Amino acid sequence: MAVTQHIAGQGAQPDAAEPPLAAERERNFWKWLLSLPALLILIFAASGPLLIVVVYSILTPAEYGGVVWEISGRAWFQVFFRRDIFDPDEVTLNWSHLSVFWRSVSLAFQTTVICAILGFPTAWFISTRPPGQREIWLLLITIPFWTNLVIRTFAIQEVIRNQGVVNSLLMNLNIIHSPIQMMYTDFAILIGMAYVFLPLMVLPVFAAMDKLDVRLLEAGYDLYASRWEVLRRIVFPLVRPGFIAGSILVFIPSIGSYVTPRLLGGGRNMMLSNLIELQFGQGRNWPLGAALALALLVIVLVALVFYLRTIGGDEEKRHG
Amino acid sequence: MARARRNFSITALPGFASIAVLTFVLLYVPIATLVVFSFNEAASMSRWQGFSLQWYQAAFDNSQVREVSIRALWLAVTASAIATFAATLAALATTRTPKFPGQTMIYALVNQPLMVPEVVTGTALLIFFAGIKMQTGYTGMGYLVAAHSAFCIPFAYLPIRARLQTMDLTLERAAADLYANHFQTFRYVTLPLLLPGVLAGFMLGFVISLDTVVITEFVKSAGQDTLATYMLGQIRRTVTPEMNAIATLFLLLSAVVVVLFFILSRKRP
Repeated sequence: MAVTQHIAGQGAQPDAAEPPLAAERERNFWKWLLSLPALLILIFAASGPLLIVVVYSILTPAEYGGVVWEISGRAWFQVFFRRDIFDPDEVTLNWSHLSVFWRSVSLAFQTTVICAILGFPTAWFISTRPPGQREIWLLLITIPFWTNLVIRTFAIQEVIRNQGVVNSLLMNLNIIHSPIQMMYTDFAILIGMAYVFLPLMVLPVFAAMDKLDVRLLEAGYDLYASRWEVLRRIVFPLVRPGFIAGSILVFIPSIGSYVTPRLLGGGRNMMLSNLIELQFGQGRNWPLGAALALALLVIVLVALVFYLRTIGGDEEKRHG
Repeated sequence: MARARRNFSITALPGFASIAVLTFVLLYVPIATLVVFSFNEAASMSRWQGFSLQWYQAAFDNSQVREVSIRALWLAVTASAIATFAATLAALATTRTPKFPGQTMIYALVNQPLMVPEVVTGTALLIFFAGIKMQTGYTGMGYLVAAHSAFCIPFAYLPIRARLQTMDLTLERAAADLYANHFQTFRYVTLPLLLPGVLAGFMLGFVISLDTVVITEFVKSAGQDTLATYMLGQIRRTVTPEMNAIATLFLLLSAVVVVLFFILSRKRP
């Protein structure tokens, strides 16, 4: 049996209901063989190395980067706690790390909220355009999204820096006399992340709205619903899955954001990714970097599980 | 349709259109600013002093910019070609077939790079590749090619799979009925039909590779800056409109690729 037979999916033929076991085994072998190049690349340069991070997080840091192969819980301890320099028995919470965690979670959450407030009406606007126009509006949302993240962050920096567009405009109009410092603040990071991740909210919400049956709105209005009631009781429940998907798609890259806080937040307003990077650079504490990366991964997995459960719950309600 | 009712559009919701227009303005003002000031005569990026192409000239004359641009493009083409090849085979194996043992695992592996934050993958690769570098002494571009290929696979896989799902098996069966062998069926029937999906996958992979900053930053050895990491380093220092010129050119490249992608992956009636 040859490759194409499988690709053509002989098993899908209606008369192949109960194929002989050996033939089926051979078909499955070919499917695996075809998938093999992709799997090897992924295991070598994506999934496999993740397991090594787990191992590194419980090793002892070497003096100039790298590790000593000795099991130690120190990295995980350092993620949350610190020992007093003078009195090693005195253990306190590591506030410099915890504040970075808090900034990451809180900024990612705020980014999601801003993207939702702007993205929901935008998706609605696109989905209610006439069919010919719709594609063009969608393309306009997509183009910035496929543009390099560094370029987009640079663009937003041009707008908000002290001599940037916003400040120049306000000063020329005599509204303010000295520039408002926006760069190198949490606010700048927030603006930057909302700017770069907005399309990730618009696209799934649009996909959900696209499937919405307009006749349902009509029925609502026929039954004397107000616009607000139609929005709240018909539109929201039906586009909820897309909305949740969009929120997750914005939240995950936001919390792992590296470029935006590095460029717009300056050195002090670090997020988790910058703290991780620091451990491999100046910090020279690879196990701590590995442990922090895993902590970030755990937060992301919790968000994903929450997402899957919410979507699963929705499905159950629909069918049950 | 209710749209026929006078003065009452059922799809209008209060304030939605204004917010949407505001969103599009906010999305494009920074990009427009960036493009406009790349043509500014003065070095200022806030005051317009007249049209000039001198910053484009400066960008082309800057050997470092040339070098990182060529490296970035080379890497994007190479990695995306590898990813597209692997993703096409994987899509052929996992689409239009009954469920087989291990299929879920293949899905999970293919989509894994989408679910893990880039910085975590970057950290993992930094550690893993540091080990290999130490063992073998090899510090070439192979690491970046491997990292980018892996990261591009899910992006290349999606449009190819989507394309395959729209193709039913009738034509392949017809070819088989006409005594085409498996290779001929694939070569003359499946592949030509699949080609738009494959091209779309390649373009998506290409753009994603150009956009991959964090993984590149973590994996690259000395002297392996790509355009993205070069810009990341430069923007923190002094910036002249030369940077705007480079950014504008790459913006244009991405826009062209995205529009082509859009045309290729559009559903045919």
